[in-house]
Amino acid sequence: MAIPAHTPDDTFVQLLTPEGERVENADFPLDIPDDELRSLYRDLVLVRRIDAEATALQRQGELGLWAQLLGQEAAQVGAGRALISGDMAFPTYREHGVAWCRDVDPLRLLGLFRGTTNGGWNPADHGFALYAIVTGDQCPQAVGYAMGLQHDAAENAAMVFFGDGASSQGDVNESFIWASVFNAPVVFFCQNNQWAISEPLERQTRIPLFQRAWGFGFPGVRVDGNDVLACLAVSRQMMQRARDGAGPALIEAFTYRMGAHTTSDDPTRYRLDTDVEAWRLRDPLERVRSFLHKQQLVDDGFFAELDNEAELLAQRLRDGVRALPDPSTEEMFAHAYAEPHALVERQRDEYAQYLADFVAEDA
Amino acid sequence: MTQTLTMVRAINAGLRCALESDPKTMLMGEDIGRLGGVFRVTDGLQKDFGEQRVIDTPLAESSILGAAIGLAMRGYRPVVEIQFDGFVYVAFDQIVSQLAKMHARSAGQVKMPVTVRLPFGGGIGAVEHHSESPEAYFAHTAGLRVVTPSNPVDAFHLVQQAVASDDPVIFLEPKRRYWDKAEVDTAAAPALPMGAARVVRSGTDVTLVSYGPMVRTCLEAAAAAEGDGTSIEVVDLRSLSPLDTDTVTASVRRTGRCVVAHESTVFLGLAAEIASAVAEECFFELESPVLRVGGFHTPYPPSRLERHYLPDLDRVLDAVDRSLAY
Repeated sequence: MAIPAHTPDDTFVQLLTPEGERVENADFPLDIPDDELRSLYRDLVLVRRIDAEATALQRQGELGLWAQLLGQEAAQVGAGRALISGDMAFPTYREHGVAWCRDVDPLRLLGLFRGTTNGGWNPADHGFALYAIVTGDQCPQAVGYAMGLQHDAAENAAMVFFGDGASSQGDVNESFIWASVFNAPVVFFCQNNQWAISEPLERQTRIPLFQRAWGFGFPGVRVDGNDVLACLAVSRQMMQRARDGAGPALIEAFTYRMGAHTTSDDPTRYRLDTDVEAWRLRDPLERVRSFLHKQQLVDDGFFAELDNEAELLAQRLRDGVRALPDPSTEEMFAHAYAEPHALVERQRDEYAQYLADFVAEDA
Repeated sequence: MTQTLTMVRAINAGLRCALESDPKTMLMGEDIGRLGGVFRVTDGLQKDFGEQRVIDTPLAESSILGAAIGLAMRGYRPVVEIQFDGFVYVAFDQIVSQLAKMHARSAGQVKMPVTVRLPFGGGIGAVEHHSESPEAYFAHTAGLRVVTPSNPVDAFHLVQQAVASDDPVIFLEPKRRYWDKAEVDTAAAPALPMGAARVVRSGTDVTLVSYGPMVRTCLEAAAAAEGDGTSIEVVDLRSLSPLDTDTVTASVRRTGRCVVAHESTVFLGLAAEIASAVAEECFFELESPVLRVGGFHTPYPPSRLERHYLPDLDRVLDAVDRSLAY
């Protein structure tokens, strides 16, 4: 029995080439106003700036760790901007760009990586669930949430993010089955960034990831993950399809992790600089910048103003992260349970007394 | 209204009340709908509350928990059934890493009112993976509550309290006591809050602590010992997290002796925690060391051997005798 022929990497939906040329796709038309184009570019720039600043803050010892998104800005902004009010995004720990689109203050993300909180935002306030650090766990949760949307007859859908590494997890595959059999309004958005820390895509799959969808009974689409327009168009269409009751879909955003897995990682041990260089030519920001230029949709002032805005944002994050207070020991105990728990209360009181005794001794 | 109910029917009645009182309550699990569950605990509930609220799921325990978490985020109050104790481990990650921690992760903004119903324990002649006692894993995990009824009356009330709790609750159903019967007043308010233990038999010579399926064994042991002139006080813990140590230590202060019995392996089991609490709180009142009776540090044996593995009346009384002889 023959295994289906190899699908070339560039078999994907693309609306804006790396050279900044607009191309059409009959299945995924996108009519986008100039204002929105400028605003998408603004998001890309600011998200990249947040990522760069956070990386620097980690190097300066202000963060314990940072998971970089460099190279994945278009995938995240394209998907994030396809969500509407009432939709719920289920992120991994790298979805800083989606968080930005859902109005989660980047300082909250920095707090998580600084160690002042394990999250702390309310998903309901932002349509953005808490970061999931165990890869794949968020997928069945997204399906459950989508089943709730379905039960409520809400005209919304969930979108769940994961990577090529997590695509091997049982929970991810289980969630495909659940979404399929319950026809749940959920879109699986897989950022295939080619690497799971040091493991290449070939260690996770023998077929293109998007093709797995059919085996589970719903459509899969591969999109140029470095093309924000394509990511937006495909995500919008699949989310609307889910909201309309047509069920789940899998989007594989074909992209590249330009940075390390996290600031603790050293990619020089397992991949070639030449590969990274090749992907640099497909940069998600440059193509939009080039398009805006060529179409004369912006003047020089636009870019200067945006650079300035990015610098101000970076400054706010620098100042903000250094000013983040360490949580009180009380907070460790405060939310272990929603309702009173005698053991936790006793330990809280005993530890407070223990600390108070030191203060008394020092006095 | 008082009815004679088995524990199966009592839990069924409790779930029915939970479904009636809160439209956000949903049941999910394998075979819980048309079949009514392999033990028939959910019998008739899908017929009465519909397929939207009583849901037969794919055979994927991890996702049963994951989906319940997502539904809870959406404002639902899911009650999930894991068909057998030995099947819960594939859902362990969702329970320990997600369900137990979501409330803290959100700084108290996301509630996880999820009940995990889990038939547990041995004694029914089952094949491997159908007789386990995993309670210590869950009681050890901060963020979870763990309760287990020993009789139909408690089962009726505890299951409703578990569903009503805004915290995740592991609700352990002692499957070999599923068919025990009792008079259950389904109109009565619960006599105790969910986290409280109960002295189920008063005595003066030794405190015998247990929970779930072993409570009946302990009561039978106490009745047998009475004939020999030994007065045993039996404490039914009911809740394993939080643990009502006050009720236990108050009893031990009266009797001066303590034996703890459970099916689960004694090594690092609940009995060790009880022994520690008693030693700490009742050091000067104790006449003898706290003794433990429980399963051996072996995998649960083939069922033809389970009568040796499960502590019976004689092994419990043997420990009581050793405590008294000390």
